[in-house]
Amino acid sequence: MSFSNFIIVGERTNVTGSAKFRKLIEADDYTGALNVARQQVESGANILDVNMDAALIDGPKAMTRFLNLIAGEPDIARVPIMVDSSKWSVIEAGLKCVQGKCIVNSISMKEGEAEFLKHAEKVRRYGAATVVMAFDEQGQADTRDRKVQICERAYKLLVDKVGFAPEDVIFDPNIFAVATGIEEHAGYALAFFEATAFIRQNLPYAHISGGVSNVSFSFRGNEPVREAMHAVFLYHAIRAGMDMGIVNAGSLPVYDDIEPELRERAEDVLLNRRADSTERLLEIADRAKHGAKKEAKDEKIWRGLEVEARISHALVHGITEFITEDIEEARLKAAKPLDVIEGPLMAGMGVVGDLFGAGKMFLPQVVKSARVMKQAVAGLIPYMEAEKERTGLAGKSNGTIVMATVKGDVHDIGKNIVGVVLQCNGYDIIDLGVMVGCDKILDKAVEVGADAVGLSGLITPSLEEMTFVASEMERRGMTMPLLIGGATTSRTHTAVKIAPAYSGPVIYVVDASRAAPVVSKLLSGERDALVKETRRDYEAARQSYFAGQDKRPRLPITASRARGAKLDFAAPAKPAFLGLKSFEDYPLADLVAYIDWTPFFSSWDLVGRYPQILEDDIVGEAARSLFADAQAMLKQMVDEKWVRAAGVVGFWPANRAGDDIVLYADEARKEERARLFTLRQQIDKPQTYALADFVAPQGVADYVGGFAVTAGIGEHERSEAFKNAGDDYSSIMVKALCDRLAEAFAEALHARTRREFWAYAPDEQLSTDDLIAEKYRGIRPAPGYPAQPDHTEKLTLFNLLDVEARTGMQLTESLAMTPGASVSGLFFAHPDAEYFGVGRIDRDQVADYAARKNWSLETAERWLAPILAYDPVRAAKDAA
Amino acid sequence: MTREERLATISAEAKKRILVLDGSMGAYLQGFGLTEADYRAGRFEDHGPALKGNNDLLSLTRPDVITKVHEDYLQAGVDIIETNTFSATTISQAEYDLQSCVRDLNVEGARLARAACDNFEQADGKPRIVAGALGPTTKLLSMSPDVSDPAFRDCDFDTMAKAYHDQALGLIEGGSDLLLIETITDTLNTKAALWGIWEAYDALGIELPIWISATITDKSGRTLSGQTVEAFWNAVRHAKPWAVGLNCALGPDDMRAFIADLARVAECPVSAYPNAGLPNTMGGYDETPHSMEVHYAEWAKAGLVNILGGCCGTTPDHIAHLKHALEGVAPRKIPTVERKLRLSGLEPFNAAA
Repeated sequence: MSFSNFIIVGERTNVTGSAKFRKLIEADDYTGALNVARQQVESGANILDVNMDAALIDGPKAMTRFLNLIAGEPDIARVPIMVDSSKWSVIEAGLKCVQGKCIVNSISMKEGEAEFLKHAEKVRRYGAATVVMAFDEQGQADTRDRKVQICERAYKLLVDKVGFAPEDVIFDPNIFAVATGIEEHAGYALAFFEATAFIRQNLPYAHISGGVSNVSFSFRGNEPVREAMHAVFLYHAIRAGMDMGIVNAGSLPVYDDIEPELRERAEDVLLNRRADSTERLLEIADRAKHGAKKEAKDEKIWRGLEVEARISHALVHGITEFITEDIEEARLKAAKPLDVIEGPLMAGMGVVGDLFGAGKMFLPQVVKSARVMKQAVAGLIPYMEAEKERTGLAGKSNGTIVMATVKGDVHDIGKNIVGVVLQCNGYDIIDLGVMVGCDKILDKAVEVGADAVGLSGLITPSLEEMTFVASEMERRGMTMPLLIGGATTSRTHTAVKIAPAYSGPVIYVVDASRAAPVVSKLLSGERDALVKETRRDYEAARQSYFAGQDKRPRLPITASRARGAKLDFAAPAKPAFLGLKSFEDYPLADLVAYIDWTPFFSSWDLVGRYPQILEDDIVGEAARSLFADAQAMLKQMVDEKWVRAAGVVGFWPANRAGDDIVLYADEARKEERARLFTLRQQIDKPQTYALADFVAPQGVADYVGGFAVTAGIGEHERSEAFKNAGDDYSSIMVKALCDRLAEAFAEALHARTRREFWAYAPDEQLSTDDLIAEKYRGIRPAPGYPAQPDHTEKLTLFNLLDVEARTGMQLTESLAMTPGASVSGLFFAHPDAEYFGVGRIDRDQVADYAARKNWSLETAERWLAPILAYDPVRAAKDAA
Repeated sequence: MTREERLATISAEAKKRILVLDGSMGAYLQGFGLTEADYRAGRFEDHGPALKGNNDLLSLTRPDVITKVHEDYLQAGVDIIETNTFSATTISQAEYDLQSCVRDLNVEGARLARAACDNFEQADGKPRIVAGALGPTTKLLSMSPDVSDPAFRDCDFDTMAKAYHDQALGLIEGGSDLLLIETITDTLNTKAALWGIWEAYDALGIELPIWISATITDKSGRTLSGQTVEAFWNAVRHAKPWAVGLNCALGPDDMRAFIADLARVAECPVSAYPNAGLPNTMGGYDETPHSMEVHYAEWAKAGLVNILGGCCGTTPDHIAHLKHALEGVAPRKIPTVERKLRLSGLEPFNAAA
């Protein structure tokens, strides 16, 4: 969860939370009530919470009237509504008034499953998302386990039974007051954090919301302490995965601003870090309150700072009161007005940006900062005009630039600075504002014959919109430069996503200070050089992006092939039989000894090696209990034959041909039975590997084996039965054990292959540990794994082994094996055969591979997408 | 062919090519020189209010004319025919005091379309789909008709849902293959329509695909009730529509940007049936079959659409040109859209994850 993506739900239009709003509604002052809504949206609320639950208010009527009125106010109605009530009748009245997709707050299992399902189905038909309270027949959940258990249950009902989209489920795992003096309450905040983390990790796409102000209820009347607790709570909750909060969008505290002692003690309380944490917070609560009363004194302190620090303070805290006089003072100190912008104002914005990025400021606060910035700049503009007159720049234009914050984004703080800086440098700026659609930007740019287009954005969806604008510029055949800037943009994103969409110059401008030099170069004789240099730079950025961590240079495929591993093929062993051998019902008991338990634990998110993990300080206890359950079920599984294991192995005469392996119908080695295609490492190193290297070239009688096994016949039914009985633990356990048995089966067959089927190591005596450590001769690589990442090779293997008929295993359209507990692969016997990863490969090998497989290049690129060392779209363009 | 077979075949076909919908009913009817007497013929000789212009009524009084229009479009090569039921709700028919005829209008409207399609289907074995058309009605649930009282509404959600429910029952009975909620000016009306349709499905124990088509009223890119294209899409995605699109109000050049917006976000087929340009001073439409073809061809090549047709001012000749424009062009690829919470007010709000 990124801090900048936290969703702010404005809480002031809620009669239960705001006495002011309640009085307005009770007095029938809906104009005043609309103003509260407008103020919330202007302060940066992404969503508007509307609640009319009060004794003297007719809920359905007030909800209908207020929402109808909002529908007529475009500046309010632009944001989604959260229809908030504890009464279903009020919620339904609200749902009938909202044309957009809204959120219901809330439904729960308080009155049982039937009522919950009924409401959920209606919410789905009204097309809304919903908040689900962690509340069931027994009451509100207060511990981590209860919260998790209720949310899991609700999630399953919603997703599986109602057909609710999981991304439309928002859990409110209950924020309760802490520091109440009651011991059981001490862990409430921590329980929320822990439940939040669990839900975000285990219930895919679900969101977490909550009413933050509840947590500080016991400090009613002490705003400084409450605000400190809210800031600290949010900081930890967001880290745990909370991504939506009902808060006062106008006055969120800044985490870093809280006095350190107060912050630490609030943190002690929320994280339940010490027994005396409540006492310690109470100790200083009075002082904190007292201190806050003297805000005038605080003011004196920051007003006493140097002017640069005062400007920074005003920006961070969104205080406009003194900014005009401070700017004037700074201007008098500076050589020219632009220095004030490029000096203290940009420095202050830097601080805002850092705090925002670190999750210590939220969007609404940044909006306030923008307001201060606007006022500051307004104070400077007359002087900058005068400066232009003086230097003779006035009336002359160095060029025209059309700028806009893209559609979907309302933030313009950075763009405003860039605009002013460019104006100071003699450019005409046409600023189209915020939320500007692509067509409007491009129409304007064409209309005025702009010299460049500048796009800005602060939130992540803006990135996609910028790419779209670039692609539209391409479609329209435009050629003017496109400048990209704003907090969310980056050189990498520009290089990887935006620049490839537009053949004109695309330039990322890291901050306002870079804007003027970039534009001046673009509009002068240096343009070509800059464009060229930028293209080179972006190419590098793309390469390092696509190569991931792996920046090592690659070899052309021909050179790489020349460095292929050269093994010694003196007299390869001949398998005891050629052709196929199948096992319809392999004894499960024989597989148990081959089980590698380490992956079993990691499938349950317990990290550590078996058996040491059983004694681990942290997870040991959990691991022991899990292992005991697993052993018990495994025994039952084997004794009662819950599942059947079936498999097939085969061996064929084989020889290498280039990077292919040819399998023959018989020892005559004339008739090609099938061809295995392999991929070669292209990393620049002395010796490269492809699986073909492990097979002798023609002239030497060599062999290759293959196998496909499953231990999952009956697994699905068994695991579903547990699931339907409400026993998810056993359901997952069945699957986890079958997975292990299938791997064990592969291991067992490999061992028998070495000893009896291929018999190149008839006397091998290895322990399970040695097997796990792979202290044996030969390998069994699987298609789709690092040594051969191409899943389509499974088709050949399945065909060769007649897998479907002999075992019942199948391949899905995406080439996954069913049942899930299945393993397939090849056997190579050469003593020097080893596991390796192909790594990323270049276009030359992909083209070569495509030709060998009789594929188009595009098909090859699709199947090999995860290992491409290049951007296929860009490469196709370059090649064209 | 049964409805299921027809839908399965056409859905498979839609993966291979752009489907073709018919053009306007109203504009084409003008050429027939119909008079008040045609609208009254037989059943409504003594009805009070004037009836000319209530085109849906012709399904009952001049079925031969409606059949002829359908046949001309089928002849032009369309895959989908819309029923002549744009205003066949109790709410819209109240203007003519014909609420009691709503069931007949829908049943007959669908039956005529189905019969025309059956003839062509039997001739060549290719499926022809009847889209039961549900128009926007004459009321808006999101806007006040009274400027001095912005909270006032002259219709409510339940009344609207019931009107659509009744219309859907008739359209299904008459043999529609799917239902098309079209010319949407207010998304809240559409939500009520979906609610009513689903209640009809519950009552009948069947489920037809639903196709949703909104109207962007002008170059601001918004519906009459103020939503942008993506905000609208977010608000109706829960219907898991068979297709979603835009129609009416704009000609192809003005509609293009908004269809492109929709094509980027919709994870289902996208349809478009623009007007033949904006109405000129004489109330006619200036885009010729040939000039429309140029736009259609560009949209198709740009991969914007899966279904194309025409709205006001288009004729069978326009549609024949449209067919020509689509030759050998692949349909829009349905994009994989990232799964995330997508809300909307007048504008979309998409959560980060």
